[in-house]
Amino acid sequence: MTGTTGAPAERREGREKVGGTARYAAEFPLPGRVQAWPVPAAVARGRVTGIDTAAALAVPGVLDVLTHENAPRLAEPDDATLAVLQDPRVPHRGWFVALVVAETLEAARAGAAAVRVGYEAGKHDVVLTPSHPGLYVPEEASAGQPGVREQGDPDGAFENSAVRVDVAYRVPPLHNHPMEPHASTARWEDGRLLVHTSSQGAHTVRAVLAGLFGLPEERIVVTAEHVGGGFGSKGTPRPDVVLAAMAARHTGRPVTVAFPRRYLPAVVGHRAPTLHRLRLGADADGRLSCLTHEVTTHTSRVKEFVEHAAVPARIMYAAPHRRTLHRVAALDVPSPSWMRAPGEAPGMYALESAVDELAGELGMDPIELRVRNEPDVEPDSGRPFSSRHLAECLREGARRFGWDRRDPRPRSRRDGPLLLGTGVAAATYPVLVGPSTAEARALSDGTFAVRTDATDIGTGARTVLAQVAADALEVPLERVRIEVGSTELPSAPLAGGSSGTASWGWAVHEACARLTHRLAGHTGPLPLQGIDAHADTTGTADAESAYARHAFGAHFAEVAVDTASGEVRVARLLGVYAAGRILNARTARSQFVGGMTMGLGMALTEGSTMDAAFGDFVESDLASYHVPVHADVAEIEAHWLDEDDSRLNPMGSKGIGEIGIVGTAAAIGNAVHHATGVRFRELPLTPDRVLAGLPARGTS
Amino acid sequence: MGNDQHRSETTLRVNGKPHTLTVDHRRVLLDLLREDLDLTGAKKGCDHGQCGACTVLVDGRRVNSCLLFAVALDGCEVTTVEGLTGDAEEPHPLQRAFLERDAFQCGYCTPGQICSAAGMLAEAAAGHPSHVTDPATPPGTPVTLDRMEIRERLSGNLCRCGAYPRIAEAVEDVIE
Repeated sequence: MTGTTGAPAERREGREKVGGTARYAAEFPLPGRVQAWPVPAAVARGRVTGIDTAAALAVPGVLDVLTHENAPRLAEPDDATLAVLQDPRVPHRGWFVALVVAETLEAARAGAAAVRVGYEAGKHDVVLTPSHPGLYVPEEASAGQPGVREQGDPDGAFENSAVRVDVAYRVPPLHNHPMEPHASTARWEDGRLLVHTSSQGAHTVRAVLAGLFGLPEERIVVTAEHVGGGFGSKGTPRPDVVLAAMAARHTGRPVTVAFPRRYLPAVVGHRAPTLHRLRLGADADGRLSCLTHEVTTHTSRVKEFVEHAAVPARIMYAAPHRRTLHRVAALDVPSPSWMRAPGEAPGMYALESAVDELAGELGMDPIELRVRNEPDVEPDSGRPFSSRHLAECLREGARRFGWDRRDPRPRSRRDGPLLLGTGVAAATYPVLVGPSTAEARALSDGTFAVRTDATDIGTGARTVLAQVAADALEVPLERVRIEVGSTELPSAPLAGGSSGTASWGWAVHEACARLTHRLAGHTGPLPLQGIDAHADTTGTADAESAYARHAFGAHFAEVAVDTASGEVRVARLLGVYAAGRILNARTARSQFVGGMTMGLGMALTEGSTMDAAFGDFVESDLASYHVPVHADVAEIEAHWLDEDDSRLNPMGSKGIGEIGIVGTAAAIGNAVHHATGVRFRELPLTPDRVLAGLPARGTS
Repeated sequence: MGNDQHRSETTLRVNGKPHTLTVDHRRVLLDLLREDLDLTGAKKGCDHGQCGACTVLVDGRRVNSCLLFAVALDGCEVTTVEGLTGDAEEPHPLQRAFLERDAFQCGYCTPGQICSAAGMLAEAAAGHPSHVTDPATPPGTPVTLDRMEIRERLSGNLCRCGAYPRIAEAVEDVIE
């Protein structure tokens, strides 16, 4: 090891990004390229009875209008949200029913506005309630997690517990809203399909396109060189790339499809709303005897996606009697999908809030309560942890945050109209890893070329993989060149589930280690083409582990609640993580802080509403769906422990892209309770909600 | 391709160079930069003035270029992220500070953040107050940009990756 990993190396594509020369998917001005604009359905359930395109086609510059009547036929996709313009069915409002292709953006937009669509509308059902008659327990929630797990007698144990908490929480629908809206540019050349797309994984996109268009994968090239964020919503292909390829085939021109921002919530997935009920029973010393987490959520009629929010309760705390259960109802709503820490983010909001409530009932410090319930093995599976340093994160965070100076009594600090408080919550995220391939080549000029189809969605993948390579090659970082983001490179899995660096890095490490070995046995100058080595981690990276592998962390928040306006402001956020070996201190910190910032949004500003009458999300653009802005974010610190875990991968790393959002909203909510003495159980904690919940002025 | 009565000849100076184009009256500055001049540094995040990714400087002031009709800017001087340094090879001090502070991740909001920060520095120097400026400050007095001022004045530029603390630090580095 030359010690390159861990160093705060600067982002390799940084100059291009700050200079404005990094090109994203909609920014390839190919000769003859045209623009396309989708037409969303204006009913929440029903079918298209007729589409009048005459007025649209009369708009100067409009080339064609694709509808289910004339669009290229696709093979049936595994992901039914990609079966666009194939039939007249409208499964939810916002589903695309036409696509206008035109010479310019202005003509495409005007053309889309001129398309007249007739519908036969049915009665829609879009409102999730805890007693919805359509609710069922799915066999599997998302991420392949069992829909229900039960051990012991949770109901009986709860009845017999000395101290009980039985509470319900609500997390609203949330939207990923990466800064770059979903976009793709496609062209067909000599029977080959060439695509630039904003995706978290080019090889995945290629495989899906091959199936949809009945093409061998060798005839498709997908590049995703720079991607303006994804947060799960670009994990697998979305309709933009399918529509671009269809339109390019239909018109014979290169086509760019860039979705308008306000169309995104209906077609790229959202975090489904979750209704939580938790029952925690403990003895007087705070030892849990039972833990029940039941989650109710929705999916669409297009596909089943079940936010696996009860899953963290299978991992976090020792309790002999437990039930974790999901219920889902298929409604006439847009299809939910992955959003940063799916399952863990809403699940840990509810669980960590309930634990804080239990600490209050017990009169016990919430850190002590958590430490007291640390399990020896993973509670649900009985497997030993490969490493678990949650207690250490809590203690280190408490030290850095100044937790010992806290007066535990709620509503004990006041500064004029402001009530001040602090809160804590734990975080967890699983260690995921998949098989990948990579290639490393030693060149005669003394440099090394490392190639793998990793995707840098802002994580710093290029940079950290170069560091992994430099270490394995035992050469300085400057001598390593790295190529990512294209299906012309060795195949690799998508950037998702915080698994990218582990998966790609494992293959890069192995290819470079092999190359080092080959070079050691080589004498004389290198041949012109250099010497290379390949790696494929199939069978090793995806081998079943005997260990439960998770990252852990602790979040601390300090808030000020304005009793006049109801506004909550976060003065300080602090996170401490145990996530294996940190491979780049600079980019890792940015990811942790970024996750915490999204968690701050989840706590205070972000929330979407399903309109019962119209069947769409009311807050669909960035003026109404409030992501945190500069003024919302004061001091955010991220720290980590040196965690040495040899049961992960050759780098010893755990994923870090998602854990920052897990538990952050609970820490903030717990701080609001500490500040006000009021427990708010529905996110986000907007001023209207907080003001209505505070005791009437004058009575405090 | 459009009706001629809906198009007009327009001349803009962009990053110091004059460009005369026959512009569709519906075309906004952002699309002119990106589609006609292939200056794709200005980003389209929302197309509705809600995110700031398209921020550029027009006659030295920061604007959401998605909200300005290009035809109305005849004779204006436009500076984009590609032109912040003029002919210099080296990055602008703000660009350098963003690199050093890791003040971005996916990079999509970055050109807008940098242009917005450049405009903000000029506004503060010219004494433009913000929501958090002490109301007692005499008009026209240059405003000292502390952390609160920076955060307030950059709040029109969204960053979903959450690089805000690093962006504020980068701007402070340039002020110092």
